[in-house]
Parts: sequence; C-alpha cells; structure tokens
Amino acid sequence: MTAAALIEISEVTKRYPGGHEALHNISLAIEQGEMVFLTGHSGAGKSTLLKLIAAIEPPTSGHIIVNGQNVGRMKRPALPFFRRNIGLIFQDHKLLYDRSVFDNVLMPLHIQGVIGNDAGKRVRAALDKVGLLNKERARPITLSGGEQQRLCIARAIVSRPALVLADEPTANLDDAYARDIMDMFRAFNEVGVTLIISTHDQDLIHRYGGRKVTLAYGKQVEG
Amino acid sequence: MLAFVHPIARTNRARSTEEYRLKAWLAHHLHSLKLAAEQFRAAPVATLFTILVIGVAVSLPAGLYVLLSNLERAAGSVKPQAEVTAFFKDVDETKARALAASLRKRADVAEVEFVSKADGIKRLEAAGLADVALGLPENPLPHTLAITPGEATPVALEALAAHVKDNPDIERVLVDTDWIKRLAALMQLGRDLVSMLIVVLGVALAAITANTIRLQIYAQKDEIEVARLIGATDRFIRRPFLYFGGIQGLVGGLAGWALVLAGGLMLETSVAQVAAAYGSQFRLVGLSLRETGLLLLFSALLGWLGAYFAVSRALRQND
Repeated sequence: MTAAALIEISEVTKRYPGGHEALHNISLAIEQGEMVFLTGHSGAGKSTLLKLIAAIEPPTSGHIIVNGQNVGRMKRPALPFFRRNIGLIFQDHKLLYDRSVFDNVLMPLHIQGVIGNDAGKRVRAALDKVGLLNKERARPITLSGGEQQRLCIARAIVSRPALVLADEPTANLDDAYARDIMDMFRAFNEVGVTLIISTHDQDLIHRYGGRKVTLAYGKQVEG
Repeated sequence: MLAFVHPIARTNRARSTEEYRLKAWLAHHLHSLKLAAEQFRAAPVATLFTILVIGVAVSLPAGLYVLLSNLERAAGSVKPQAEVTAFFKDVDETKARALAASLRKRADVAEVEFVSKADGIKRLEAAGLADVALGLPENPLPHTLAITPGEATPVALEALAAHVKDNPDIERVLVDTDWIKRLAALMQLGRDLVSMLIVVLGVALAAITANTIRLQIYAQKDEIEVARLIGATDRFIRRPFLYFGGIQGLVGGLAGWALVLAGGLMLETSVAQVAAAYGSQFRLVGLSLRETGLLLLFSALLGWLGAYFAVSRALRQND
C-alpha cells in the first residue's frame, strides 16, 4: 500500500454486554482529507462506530487502524496522545458549566502544555471561527443550543486536529444553525482536515454532497 | 506519521523548545496547586475536620514517642548505678590494683573503684559495725572492685562481668541486671507500641485522605471524563489531587505536632513538681527539629499516597 488510508476499518463487530450487537462486520477505508457522512436511523450504530475510531470503546472483533495505529490494541499510556490528534464533537456537547467559554476552549491546549499568549491567541482564533468571540467570558449555560454546539466545535478544533469526528452535530438545531455548522465543517475540510460526521438529516447530505456511508441495524448498507 | 499532524500544527510544534516546555510544565504545576487550593476553599469546614482527624491520628504515635523518649531519659539519669562488683581471691594489693588499672583502660568501662581489704573494714566501721569488725580475728574482707560500665545495657553488663570473671585472681562477680532487663523490656514494649501505632494510624491517615479525594473525584467526574476524551494523561488528571492530599497530610501533621506540643505544655508543670519531689532536675523535652521534620514528611507522604490510590482507582473504574 503506497498511500495507506488514514482510517482502515476491517470486519469490525461490536457487541455490548448483554448480547446487543451494535455493529456487525463493518469494513471501511477513509482517506486523508475526505469528508464522510455517516448516516442511518437512530440506533443504527453511528455513534458506536465513532467511539470505536476514537478509541473510547474497543471493538469486539476486527481491526481499526487509524494512522497506522491499531486502535483496539492501543496501550493505555498511548491513548491520550492518540486522542490529541482527534477533535471530538459530541451530541450532548460535554461542556463544563463551571467555567467560562474561554476556559472550555483552553482546556485541550492546557492539557497539551500550550500556555500564555500562545494559548490565548489560539483560543480566540477558534472562538472567532465559530462566531463566539464576543461570548468568551460567558458561562456555557447561558448560551443557546446552537451556540453550545459551536462552542463544542471550537474546543474540538483549537488543537488543530487532523481528524474531526462529529456525532450528530446538527441534531436539535434549526436549519439556519445547521447550515452554519456545515459551512464551518466544509471550511475545515478545505484546509485538509479529515471529517466524519454522523447525521440522520438526509437533506443536509444532499445539499453538501460528499461521501455517504449508511448503516442500518449495525450493518453497512451503503458506502 | 507526519501525515496525521495538521500542516499548521506542524509549524507550531517546531516552536516548542525545551524552555517553553519547562514553562508549560511549571504553569501546569502552579495550576494544579491552584486547583488544590480551590478545593480547600470550596469546603473549608469539611477540610478542617479532616485535618483535625489526621492531627489526632498523628498525635497518638508522636505523643507516645515523646513520652517514651522522656522516660528513657529519666531512666538514663539512674543508669550509672548499674555496677559490676568483683571480689578478689586472697591476692596482694599491688596485684589487685594492677587489674583495676588495666580495667580502667578498657573502652567499655567508665569507672573502676578499688576498695582494698583495709578500706573495706574502715567502711564497715563507718557504717556502725565497728563491734563486728573488732570481733574478727583477722580481716576477712577481700579486695573489691566496683566497676561502672560505659553502657548500662544488660548485654554490656554481662559481657563485662564475664570478662572480669575470667581473671584467675577473681573469686566472685556480682552483677545485678534484673532491673535493667525489666526497664529495657518495658522500653522495647513501648517502642513496639509506637511502631504499631505508626503503621495502624498511617494506614488510617491514607484512608482518610483517599476518602476525601474520592468525594472530590465524584464531584468532578464530568471534568475528568472530558479531560480524558480530549487527551489528558492520567498524570495530568492526578496531579491536583496529589497536591491536595499531600498538603492536607502536611497540615494534618502540623496539627498533630501542635497537639503533642500542647499536651507537653499542659503536663510540664506537674512533671516538674514530681521531679522536684524526687529531688531531680528532670524536664520534659518535646520533638526535636529532625523528628518534627520526619513527622511532617511522613504525614504529607501518606496523604499523597492516599490521593494517588484514590485517583488511580477512579481512573481504572472509568475505563
């Protein structure tokens, strides 16, 4: 393989304790710089697949290779350094409500040892990109749903990851907000960031084009 | 591998020189300290009580230790009375004096008193037994040595007695080690008790800290979860808690030290009165600087350990 894919998923099955099979025999290769929509009904296994790629959960069988690293077999101490290359956008945002918008975005930089002016500049650049620069002192709880989602995006991109995984980033948002966010993603993609976006919004996929992978009941039906 | 690093990030990484990394490391430690301080401020009453509990736990072995070392000191002032008494066979005085002189040169001998036959009789007379002395046809008393050992332990006394007994001119050796043996056994019991208390209460101290930290972790579980998802190492997450545990242990140790000091001050007058009644100049002595340092180090270390244990357990449970 001269140009190995950034993400290689081969024959991956994920079974949860209790016997529920969330994913069944998924094989997928995603090249660097691609923008992939992961779609399917709710419960189809979209979130599970994203969790497996980010090494949040291990696959029951099969391999997931991300940038040459076998994610399922990764040693515990290597995990944080692997995650730093991935921007995670969660459906439930996972924001910290006891600190300001600015401090929420600062967190990944702090973890990676970026400090001082350097960090401040990067936080503001990320907030500027998502249009929250004027809210840096606000508490996340005072933000609207769309703003919270954008804050989550700012936190995901502030450390300039090469790969962004977004789980239902436009769910619960009205159309205008959803379009804002999709435009943002397209802009990231244009500067070389690989994106995997899970969504059940077919209109959105039609509008933006790009590769589509469809899951149904844990099985791959398209892509 | 490079492909995974975003082009902009790559230029940025070139800037992370050693100096920058050191600064970031320092900044993180300061930040961890700040977080630990915030924990104290967030629950001042709870923290105060924990510190008090740690203080009591620390003061028990420390107080017993102080009591014991004072007892040892008090016993030490009586120790010179431990003697080996040796009675000569019927040898002439010069020969006996020569042995006394050679014993004086030994390292394990503090003092040798030579009592000749004649001196013995004089002492008998001085003690009011002149009639008895006069009634005797000739002086029946042997030359005598009263030897004070350099070290008043039963082992040293017995070794010295055995050595003296080996001399062919010596008829008999008297050595009374019983009371010293008893004292030494009691002291050993006390020391064992201190060691036992240190172990038991040390475990208690670590457990108290672990429990406090466990509650803090529970309160911050969202933050820990997010931090791990965005690439925080275990060490990064653990550090503020370790600071908290260590500082809490240190302050608790200080509280324990203060309790021992207060106890000593309260007893000082009555101890001085007892000592005066026995005609002694004895005064209570507290923990030395070195002992205080050790106490603080030990309690800080145990607090740190308790925190380490609690956080590691929590991190593993969240896997």
